[in-house]
Parts: sequence; structure tokens; C-alpha cells
Amino acid sequence: MNRPVTNPRHGRLRSLLTISDLGPDIATGISEVMTLTDSFVEVSERTIPKVPALRGRTVVSLFFEDSTRTRLSFETAAKRLSADTMNFSVSTSSVKKGESLRDTIETIEAMGVDAIVVRHASAGVPRQIAQWATSAVINAGDGWHEHPTQALLDCYTIRQRFGEITGKRIAIVGDIRHSRVARSNIAAFTALGAEVTLVAPPTLLPPSLEGWPAKVSTNIDAVLPTVDVCYMLRMQRERMTEALIPTIREYSTRYGLNERRAELLPDHALIMHPGPMNRGVEIDAAVADLPNTVIVDQVRNGVAVRMAVLFLLLGSGTTWGGEADV
Amino acid sequence: MSKNSNNNAKNRKAIVSESAGWILTGGRVVDRTGERIADVAIAPDGTIAAVGVDLDLKALGLTKAPVLDVTGCVVSPGFVDIHTHLREPGREEAETIESGSRAAALGGYTAVVAMPNTEPTIDSVAVVRQVLDAGLAAGLCDVRSSGSITLGREGDALSPMAELAAAGVRIFTDDGCGVQDDRLMRRALEYASGLPESVVLAQHCEVEALSHGGHMHEGEWSSRLGIPGMPAEAEELMVFRDIALSRLTGMVVHFQHLSTAGAVALVRDAKASGLNVTAEATPHHFTLTHAEVASYDPVFKVNPPLRTAEDVAAVKAGLADGTIDAIATDHAPHTDDVKEAPFDHAPCGMLGLETALALGITELVEPGVLSMTEFIAKMSWNPAAIARIDGIHGRNIQADEPAHLVVFDPALEWAVDPSALASKSNNTPYAGRVVRGKVRHTFLCGVPTVLDGEAQR
Repeated sequence: MNRPVTNPRHGRLRSLLTISDLGPDIATGISEVMTLTDSFVEVSERTIPKVPALRGRTVVSLFFEDSTRTRLSFETAAKRLSADTMNFSVSTSSVKKGESLRDTIETIEAMGVDAIVVRHASAGVPRQIAQWATSAVINAGDGWHEHPTQALLDCYTIRQRFGEITGKRIAIVGDIRHSRVARSNIAAFTALGAEVTLVAPPTLLPPSLEGWPAKVSTNIDAVLPTVDVCYMLRMQRERMTEALIPTIREYSTRYGLNERRAELLPDHALIMHPGPMNRGVEIDAAVADLPNTVIVDQVRNGVAVRMAVLFLLLGSGTTWGGEADV
Repeated sequence: MSKNSNNNAKNRKAIVSESAGWILTGGRVVDRTGERIADVAIAPDGTIAAVGVDLDLKALGLTKAPVLDVTGCVVSPGFVDIHTHLREPGREEAETIESGSRAAALGGYTAVVAMPNTEPTIDSVAVVRQVLDAGLAAGLCDVRSSGSITLGREGDALSPMAELAAAGVRIFTDDGCGVQDDRLMRRALEYASGLPESVVLAQHCEVEALSHGGHMHEGEWSSRLGIPGMPAEAEELMVFRDIALSRLTGMVVHFQHLSTAGAVALVRDAKASGLNVTAEATPHHFTLTHAEVASYDPVFKVNPPLRTAEDVAAVKAGLADGTIDAIATDHAPHTDDVKEAPFDHAPCGMLGLETALALGITELVEPGVLSMTEFIAKMSWNPAAIARIDGIHGRNIQADEPAHLVVFDPALEWAVDPSALASKSNNTPYAGRVVRGKVRHTFLCGVPTVLDGEAQR
């Protein structure tokens, strides 16, 4: 049942489901994406930001969970590479009429697609789809599991500011337990040699951290002066009803990045957030607009990183020669 | 003897009337008296005529009986599965009583107890009769019916336990979930203690407040995979409560599918303190761990969930020291289309009837966890006693006993192929696994339900 996860055109990556798919040497895999991203950042800055790299190829967005931002980012990336894009909208589709996941995939594949970009509320769905599909599968976020392109764009953003990630100290603050962003970022950051500290109340940590290459703290004030990057996660209001935190206000007081806490950070430290932000909950409005807050860069880099991933999976090689504009 | 048993006997007589008997020669005969090499003669009336060497077939009147050479094979009392989901009524697309009975016969079982989580629930005499009748009609296995402890398995009100017991029910359970309400469980035990029949309440131990929303064992793998977990303590708390309630009411409690080291330890201590409790474990809980879920394949989704390697070791230790009395399959068929859902949407359960024997031999007997006799005890006469059918099943292999027998080759190696199983469903977690031990013949009341590995109807 297990099919090789390689692209037949260059014998490398075929699907991107988790950060570890970039292995066996994850650091080298990520570096390759970063180098490709550099050239696509250049494309994005052109007057007409479009190249024919994936002309004739079709990328379908299959979003079972609403996420306008990630979907638009992928679709923009595909269009800048001249791929055709399709959007399989679950709210209007047969999925609502009870079609099984496998039947949905077979239907989409019968139309002739080259890549399926999947977002699903259930962990593991992209892996299940990759077992059934012949096209490339890109995980655009699966439940609490992984969101590999988010981690790649975060790596790229840090690298853009600092030149490298090796040796950097990164705090990830907030709801680690329910965060696919945290799981992918911990894998990517530590593979690149960064030192990661998770900062959260124990109820918002995974039940077991066995095998996780990260330190843990419940004292954000002690951690902030020591870090190069402070990565804030989105806090969801329903965590209160699950008895994971008493109130949003208490969470905000104990773990939110307010102006006083931002002062504790070293001058060079970056403030990051995967979006969408809850201003006033995990991050104060004023902090979100500080010069070291790179949230907008993250979004901008997201398009170029996703171009790199699409090119790596569907293109002719692992490097791009910079074809002429179309 | 209940009305149901009388019906069974009458029906069987009709089946066996044309038999000339059977002779099994050279087998390794195993029962609770031990093991010896002997021939077994089965009489046309479905009982064992004689056991020994150099049987005088003429004196036995069995000169026309066909002879099966079973040299190298084990001949033992037929297996008894006290935990089988036959899905009928309600989910006949996944399994029927007939297809499940066939799977049971091929697995060496001569009796199974159907779990009550059907649609409708087995909480009325009408549904009990439907299950028993369908079992008789299939004629492949002695199908017994459990009954639910609470109406609709909803945990609110008691089922008509006396009516169900009178219709033949001996095991009461809300399997699929545990009885959450402490007081209701106490009342159920007290009420059952006053029934004229000897019955047992069997618990699926899971405190739902603690397991709520979980889809696998909570721990290292659930954390890594981002799947909500069910902690071991959810099982252990209910085991602890029911041990306390057994002590309070003086009633037997049977613990279904123990899966955690803590639960095994609680039952071990309860037995040591003289309490009358029994326990079962499934093959999957002594062979598979939560690491399997890394594939996100819902074929590995089951409740109680696959747990840690330490838990697997504890279940084996519990089997070895007698804490766990029986091996039960928790055979739970599901169609491919419902199992090909996202992991957290897929239903729990895996097939078991056709692989239990081989897994027991490969994972317990060959490594020396259990002797062959100890293993068969947990497959046959121990579960027969728990199900209160030990007057008929799991009997010693001697003259005048009913010929419910299994003949299996303990050394035959085979690879599990989901599509080759007799079950209507394919959800075995062992696809491709090479195991040893396969049923050659199964006899129900002296009639072969399986001959040379082929189901006879």
C-alpha cells in the first residue's frame, strides 16, 4: 500500500505531508526549498510576476476546512507558475451529500490533476489521500498534526532577517497541544539547528513530549530575554469551555505578548505569528505593529515558498533556471 | 437447561441424522486433563464415542465412519468467543450472523456470544430470539446472545434482565461503552444476583468523561500525530470502580478486553484478595501497539485503543499468570467505505475470529508465554465457563461428551489476506502478516463445519 514518496522526474520528493518528508537529511531538504524560494521571491518582485514553469499542469485546492488565507496563497503561487488551478469547494460539493473521502479523490483525479493541496480538520487525511492518489499531495494543514509550508515560510522569514537559523533560540508560545504549526515548526527549526523552547500552560502542551527536541517553560517572562525569535500561536476561545484555561483574560495576562513583555525581548529579536491574529489576546495591538514584528513578511514569503514547493513537486528539477517572463 | 438450549439440541439432531460418525486418528488430544496422542471416534449422534489408541471400531459400530488422519495436529474442545460483534440485526452490510458464524467456524470456534450493540440493541426477548434463530439457521456455530445491561445501551435504565435471562442470555454488557453511572451499575449487579439463572455482567471499562473525544491511546504517539487521546486511566478507573462494586454486591464482574498494565494489576490484586472477578484480553492487545497508528490507517482504530509496548507486555504477563482468564476476539467488522474515512471519523474495531488462533500460537505459545494447554484453556473451557455454557462447550474429550471439537495444525505457516477471510468485511490489522497455526477441521455436535480448511456450508 505504501507508494514511494518521490517525484519520478527527479527521483525526489513526490508529496509534502510533513516536514520529515524533506529528509532523510531534513536540513538539506529545507535548504533546497529556501534556495528555490530565493529565485521565486525575485519573480514575485517583477512587474509581471509570472513564469511558465508549470504551464499545462493543474493544481487543485481541496479545502475541507475554511482557510481563505492559505488557499489564496497556494492559488497565487500556482498561478505565478502558470499552472491551471481548480478549487474544490467542499461546502457546495458532493462531500456534503455523503460522498466518501476516497470517492472524492478518485473523482478529482479522473479529471486529470497533477497536485492536490489539502486542508482538513482531521489529522492524517493528506497521508491517507497520498496512499490513494497518483498526483502529488501537499498538506496545507491537517488537524493538530502538521502544516509544513507554514514552517517553511517561517524558516525562510527568519533566514531572511538573520541569514541562518542554526544556533538561534526560538520560543513558541501558546496552544502547542492543538497546533499543527507548532508541530511542523519544531521539526523544521530543530532540524536546522535552532534551540526551541515551548511556553504554555501545561494544559495546552501535548500529553506527552517524549522524543520532542524542545525545552518547556511556563514562565514567559524568564524566556523572552533569552530568545532570538518569539513565535506566538493563535489562542482559540473554545479552549475555555474545554477547561484548558480558566478565562481568555487570565491566559492573556499570563502568556500574552503585551508591550511590557515585548520590552523584555532583545533588540534584534523577531516577533512572529502564523495568523490570523487575535489582537488583545495572544498579542497586543501595539506589539503587532512593532518594527521587529514580521507577520506581513511571513504572508509575503508564503507565496514564494509555495511556488518553490509546487515547483519541487511538479517541475523539472530541484533548481530553477529563471525562465523568461510570459 | 433453558428453552434455548433445548431448541439447539433438537435442531442439531436434525443436522446430524445422516452422519456415519467420524474417526480422527493420530492427533495430539488436548483438554483440561492434559495432552496425549490418541484417536477420537465421533458417534452419529454427535457425541464422542471413544478416545484412545487402537479403538475397536466394530465394537463402536463405526466401521463406515470416514477416517481423517490428523497426525501432527492438535485436537481440542472447540473454541468459545465470548466477545463477537455479528452486526445483525442492523449492519448486515458489514457482517451477518451467517458470515460471522462461518468466520468463527474457520477460526476453530464452536460457540460465540454475540454482543448487543446491534440496531436495535439486544435489550428485548424479540431481538434475542432473532439472533438465536439466525444462528441455528446458519448452523455453523453455537451462536449465543448477550443482552444489554441498560435499555438501548444508553446507560439510563435497566434492561429486562430476567426476561432476557429466561430467553437464554447469560452475559449482560453495554459493550461499546461502559455503564457510566455508578449507582446504576450497582443496581444492575444487585438485581442480577437475584435471577434464577447464573449470569455475569461484563464491562467495557471506559470512563467517558476522561476518554471523551479521544481516538487512540493518549501518549507519545497521539501527541506526535496530533490525534486526541484516551488515557489508560479512563479504563483503569472503571476497573477500579467495578472491583469495588463487585465487593459491595458480592456479584461476579467480568472485565472485557483489558488493555493497560494498570488494569491488569488491579484485576490481579482483586483476584488475590479473593474477589470473584474474571477478565479477557484480545489478540490485538497482546500483539500490536499504538505505534501502528503512525500510518493513520483506521484499520488500527479500536476501542480500547492499541496501547504501549509496556501494556502489551503486561497483558501477556496477565495471560501467563492467570489474571486474564480468556482470550476474546472483539471481532468487529466494518465495511471498507466506513473504514476509509479520516481517522477521527472512522468507527472502532477490527476483525478477529479467523486470526486469533494463529496469533495466540505465534505470539504466546511459540515464545513460551503459555503452554499449548494453557492457551487452549483461554480459548475454550475458561471462556465457556464465563459464558455459563461449560455444560456443553469446552468439555473434556471423552466418551459421551458433545463432539464440539477443533483440529488445527500448529505449525502451518500462512500469510493473512483480508480478501480471503470469510467475514464480509476486510478490516484485519494483520494484512500480510505471516503467522503459524491454522484450523483444519471444526466439528459442531459431531458435524464438520470446516473440513480441510473449507467451510462446509
